[in-house]
Amino acid sequence: MGFDTAYEAITEEAEDAGHRWAYGTGFTDPLAGVNTTIPPGVDGGDLAAYCLMLGDDALIMSHRLQEWLARAPELEEDTALANIALDLLGQARLLLTRAGTADASGRSEDDYAFRRDERQFRNVRLAEVADADFGGLVARLLVFSTWRLALLVRLRESADPVLAAIAAQGVKEVTYHRDYAAQWTVRLGDGTDYSRQRMEAGLAAVAPLVAELFASTAVEDRLAAAGVAAVGAGLRPEFDAVIAEVLTAAGLDWPQAGGLAGVSGQTGRDGVHTEAMGYLLAELQSVARAYPGATW
Amino acid sequence: MVTSSLTRAPLIRARQVAQSVPDPELPMLTIADLGILRDVSVTGQHVVVSLTPTYSGCPAVPEIRADLVSRLAAAGFADVEVRTVLNPPWTSDFISPEGRRKLAAAGIAPPRSRPDTHGGPVPLTLVAHRPAIDCPACGSADTERTAAFSGTACKDLYRCRTCAEPFEHVKEI
Repeated sequence: MGFDTAYEAITEEAEDAGHRWAYGTGFTDPLAGVNTTIPPGVDGGDLAAYCLMLGDDALIMSHRLQEWLARAPELEEDTALANIALDLLGQARLLLTRAGTADASGRSEDDYAFRRDERQFRNVRLAEVADADFGGLVARLLVFSTWRLALLVRLRESADPVLAAIAAQGVKEVTYHRDYAAQWTVRLGDGTDYSRQRMEAGLAAVAPLVAELFASTAVEDRLAAAGVAAVGAGLRPEFDAVIAEVLTAAGLDWPQAGGLAGVSGQTGRDGVHTEAMGYLLAELQSVARAYPGATW
Repeated sequence: MVTSSLTRAPLIRARQVAQSVPDPELPMLTIADLGILRDVSVTGQHVVVSLTPTYSGCPAVPEIRADLVSRLAAAGFADVEVRTVLNPPWTSDFISPEGRRKLAAAGIAPPRSRPDTHGGPVPLTLVAHRPAIDCPACGSADTERTAAFSGTACKDLYRCRTCAEPFEHVKEI
């Protein structure tokens, strides 16, 4: 093919009636052909629960990032946030599909994303809270991607080969997400008085949600003992070191804040969420619930 | 019993067809150029094509699957299975020399080789670095990155300070 630009090639391709260009429903199983046998010594129910935690983190964070489409301060940031959201959505699809194969329930990614109620979602509350402004988003993305990268790096060695492969790809993606958020933290923190105030307010808003990232559930502790999971507390030193490096470059301090209380000690991993979660799910699931089985 | 050359003929044909499938988002490249086509095998009438997605969220995979099935059907292979291979994950190093040439010819700067970061914590990049990406229009090395993400997840945006042309670059991952 001899095209001068990519755009000519795309136009040429679109005119070929044999090709479909509308991305819609009808997605195929993202794990088609992958060996999803549970490794010996690993409890399938635990593995499914763990994949739901990590998959829900990605799905819900992706949805919040998608809300920034056409709202970011510059076109380049719109594009960046859409791409980060797409990466996380892809990770969510793989992880939710892995959950459905691990517990032998046969549930699909759509069953998990669109046909569960709020109490059944296992994401950390950091993923679900709304952003007051761009500074708030940058702070939340910095914390989320720093934590998730530290987690995925360790999961590359998971005893579940499917989880290990998903993590190995995710590491490369989240490396870009963390760099993006870190560079914006420095620009805003080391920018004008106003940008600095907004960045400080963003950090103050996310700080109470950090402790939850490093608490571990009984499922995670059991899977860590089996070499499948990486337990939250082990990630804390790396997380703290990276955040300190970014804040030092930005001339910012980490705000002193207590953790946001749960309900009777229960938080996101137990299915106990903030008020924001119900509104988020109402939008995320609206089409699937209004038109069950719809395709386009 | 058929001879080995006869049993190999369908494999060669199936492989040729699979190798010619274009990537929907970088249509100047075939999936072989892009390095996502990992294997083609033929057992009797059954063709198995193995693919590795570039990014977790790559939305082109269903299109590529549909294209593979329809092109192989047109070549006489009715029974086609497309399998996902996640390990090893795709890296921009899998793009072939021919693929790199085609990218540059289409005005997209090809990726450099990826630094080996396997194992251990991933280093943080706080200062937007200025790697030497040559402008695909004029060849100048005096270019700057204008955005870390572009129209697809696999590319970022640059501008040439010599000829002022903006261009895309396939990221090293």
